[in-house]
Amino acid sequence: MSVRQAIKNHQQEQRLFFVRVIIILVMLVLLFGLLVSRLVYLQVVSYSHFTTLSQNNRVRIEAVPPPRGLIYDRNGVVLAENRPSYQLEVTLEQVPDLEATLEEVSELVSLEEADIARFRRELRRKRPFQAVPLKLNISDEEVALFAVNRHRFPGVDIQARLARHYPQGEWFAHVVGYVGRIDERELARLDRRRYSGTTHIGKVGVERFYEDVLHGQVGHQQVEVNAQGRVLRVLERKPPEPGQDVVLTLDAGLQTAAWNALDGRNGAVVVMDPRSGEVLALVSKPAYDPNLFVHGIPATVFNALREHRHQPLFNRALSGQYPPGSTLKPVVGLAGLENDVTTAARTMYARGYYMLPNDDRRYRDWRREGHGLVDLDRAIAQSSDVYFYDLGYRLGIDRMSPFLGKFGLGQRTGIDTTGERAGLLPSREWKRATQNMPWFPGETLITAIGQGYMLTTPLQLASVASTLATRGQRVQPHVLRGIIDRDSGELLHREPAENSTVELRNPAHWDQVVQPMINSVHRSNGTAYWSIGRGLQYTMAGKTGTSQVFGLAEDEEYDEETLEKHLRDHALFIAFAPAEDPSIAVAVIAEHGGSGGRVAAPIARQVMDYFLVEREL
Amino acid sequence: MRTLVRALHLDMTLLGGLLMLASLGFVALYSASGESLDTVYRQGTRLALALLVLLFMAQIPARNLQRWSPWLYAAGIGMLVLVMLTGEMGKGAQRWLDLGFIRFQPSEIMKLAVPMMVAWYLADRTLPPRLFEVIVACVLAVIPVLLIARQPDLGTALLVGSAGLLVIFLAGLRWRILMGLGGLALVGAPILWHFMREYQRQRVLTLLNPESDPLGAGYHIIQSKIAIGSGGLYGKGWLNGTQSQLEFLPERSTDFIFAVYAEEFGLLGVLLMLTLYLVVILRGLHIAVRAQEAYDRLLAGSIALTFFVYLFVNTGMVTGLLPVVGVPLPLVSYGGTSMVTLMAAFGILMSINSHRRLLAR
Repeated sequence: MSVRQAIKNHQQEQRLFFVRVIIILVMLVLLFGLLVSRLVYLQVVSYSHFTTLSQNNRVRIEAVPPPRGLIYDRNGVVLAENRPSYQLEVTLEQVPDLEATLEEVSELVSLEEADIARFRRELRRKRPFQAVPLKLNISDEEVALFAVNRHRFPGVDIQARLARHYPQGEWFAHVVGYVGRIDERELARLDRRRYSGTTHIGKVGVERFYEDVLHGQVGHQQVEVNAQGRVLRVLERKPPEPGQDVVLTLDAGLQTAAWNALDGRNGAVVVMDPRSGEVLALVSKPAYDPNLFVHGIPATVFNALREHRHQPLFNRALSGQYPPGSTLKPVVGLAGLENDVTTAARTMYARGYYMLPNDDRRYRDWRREGHGLVDLDRAIAQSSDVYFYDLGYRLGIDRMSPFLGKFGLGQRTGIDTTGERAGLLPSREWKRATQNMPWFPGETLITAIGQGYMLTTPLQLASVASTLATRGQRVQPHVLRGIIDRDSGELLHREPAENSTVELRNPAHWDQVVQPMINSVHRSNGTAYWSIGRGLQYTMAGKTGTSQVFGLAEDEEYDEETLEKHLRDHALFIAFAPAEDPSIAVAVIAEHGGSGGRVAAPIARQVMDYFLVEREL
Repeated sequence: MRTLVRALHLDMTLLGGLLMLASLGFVALYSASGESLDTVYRQGTRLALALLVLLFMAQIPARNLQRWSPWLYAAGIGMLVLVMLTGEMGKGAQRWLDLGFIRFQPSEIMKLAVPMMVAWYLADRTLPPRLFEVIVACVLAVIPVLLIARQPDLGTALLVGSAGLLVIFLAGLRWRILMGLGGLALVGAPILWHFMREYQRQRVLTLLNPESDPLGAGYHIIQSKIAIGSGGLYGKGWLNGTQSQLEFLPERSTDFIFAVYAEEFGLLGVLLMLTLYLVVILRGLHIAVRAQEAYDRLLAGSIALTFFVYLFVNTGMVTGLLPVVGVPLPLVSYGGTSMVTLMAAFGILMSINSHRRLLAR
């Protein structure tokens, strides 16, 4: 402490401070007085002036929704675009009598009950002075008619908006998906600021999966409005940031070829590039027109779709789970080779049925007379069930199930669109856990020929074909090729997904199951030779399959002719080509098609012909 | 109850006033945010945190604060320089310091550190201070003000500067020196004008005639005057303010929340709010006058009066008396950092009151 401390006069200092506080207090009172008199001036003296101003206030800030990003196929064909459309909007606060207005408006513009019901629902959750759409997508005639009568309806106005449009219609419905009006559940989880002004959101498919990329950032504008709330002019604008355009891996030409190849059948076709995992076509038939959903689908139309016998809303390619049937045999054969329970050279005599020791149940072959002496090659090419019953018996479920798992069966592939299901890979543990039952040896046999509990999606089968094509390089199936950079217009490719490998003890085993697949198409005793093998301009490796829809008693005869169509077996086919350097892998399922060789294989050939031959020309 | 309050070194008059103001704030915020309970909850969490800080500060005897003053001040200056340097690299306004685990504005610390430092410097000297001492004290206050104004954050710079100057004035600044400083300010104003950013100049110009630019810088003031004026004596009622609900008012939840409140609760509501502010300020001055130590007196007085500066700059701006300077309405505006600093300051006030030091004479 300094010496000066000693001569500090505390009482004097305190008095000095007190005087200062008094001075401050006087100033404080003056300033408070100034403030209060300012407030009195504003709120009492000029009250009526400001009330008038407030009532006539004309400048307002509005959200400007960003235009949604476009969706292209790999060659620049537009799959989803934005088109101008007109809608009728109501600002409740400016409508003198809502009921009377609705009634009068309905004389000019056709209003359905569903429109009005939705309108009333939305009225309840709107912000004050927010315009609520009454009718979406009104026709040009209605626009003209209403415009003439506009003066009669304060608070009702026509708004031009951009509406989503899918020029390819039902062809891409299941993969691209559609947008629809934001519902309450979505509203609760959305960033409200970012979606202020936005009315639609991706509901399924790519539209939903890439919602974040496609949506963009909201903008704002200051607008001058008249007394009825109508916008007279825009004063200041911070433009929205449009959503980003995306390019898909799909090939519109190939998609159309696959769609046409299915012809009148229900089913699915999945086409992949086995080297990259790019999905080139993803067809599920029947489909629906996605444009129906954009403007709010009428309940009658929606219910008709939902209850339709052929389930057009169901995405068979990703959500459809079918027993893979004999298409599984190359993979089961590989499991046998790797576990040393068979070799390429081993032969056995295949009769028309197989029996387990100490069991007199007969497991029948699809060919009543059997296949005679078969080795692995003939067992796959001719699709001998008995050979694989035997192989399954030798292998056992505990070795078969994990090996099939390496090919991704029973797991989602993780494709970047919605609706994918995992299928089912049965195992002893699975059965114990879900059914609390032991695993029976007979179940191993039917699992070995792809029946029983086993379920796969067409996408998984395409992925299996692709893994066989690349000799174990597993690629992640995906539909996004890249995003178009807004500034440069260049395509920014998506980051490549992490790929994995199916490692074999002996890599020579790959060819020991792939060669039979080639033979099944190109040799005259192969299951697909007579339907597609002749005149092929490239080497195809394929495997037919037939999956049971309807169980037959062991002594019953399956007769396609006499069976009703909806009980007939599903026809399956997986393939890749050219066998020596595969660039395309395909999985086809034709529901109730009957025979894989006769029905599913020609569909795959049409797709491959288009891709490998016709387009090259 | 009373013993508990005393044991915690709290002051019921101050605390009650602060809490009542914060409650009015919640009511106004709920309306200004478009009835967003989330926003109110977040503000409530901040208030709770700020109250903990208040409680903590109230436990620290002012004697310790006095000892730490120069260190806090030095640390604050260091951080401001750091922010300035990183800001040069990052371009544009840089106010935040990121320490990895926490992000804060060093300028907030200065709201406390500057009056503490100036009080520390003057308290040991004979009062009233001589010219040399006044100059040193002014320099101590002006350095951080310049650093903060450069960020640029004119509002905070103003508050920090006035906190320092208030200490000097309370210390018994002689009238001739005050006159001299006033003259200096008159000369300095054009120089300051020269250093102002374009948008800051614009604000001063539009203040003089807001109607000249109704869609640009004047928009804020015009809309807020309409909001307040149309509120009248009784107000339009809670959640019924058309100016704020229709989004005519910019910055409704933050700097212009007073206009929302005035529109919905009218002159009577505003007088209630001003009375609460007055209670807090007067109680603060009361504590200052009763304090026995020079340091305590100066710091307490400065804290109470800075609170008034806060209030006056904000309400002056919103009512069109002063230029638009980004100063929030204390305890009512939405926002976190300034609330914590404010409560820390009131914690110090309570500590000064309850740890009243007896003179060792």
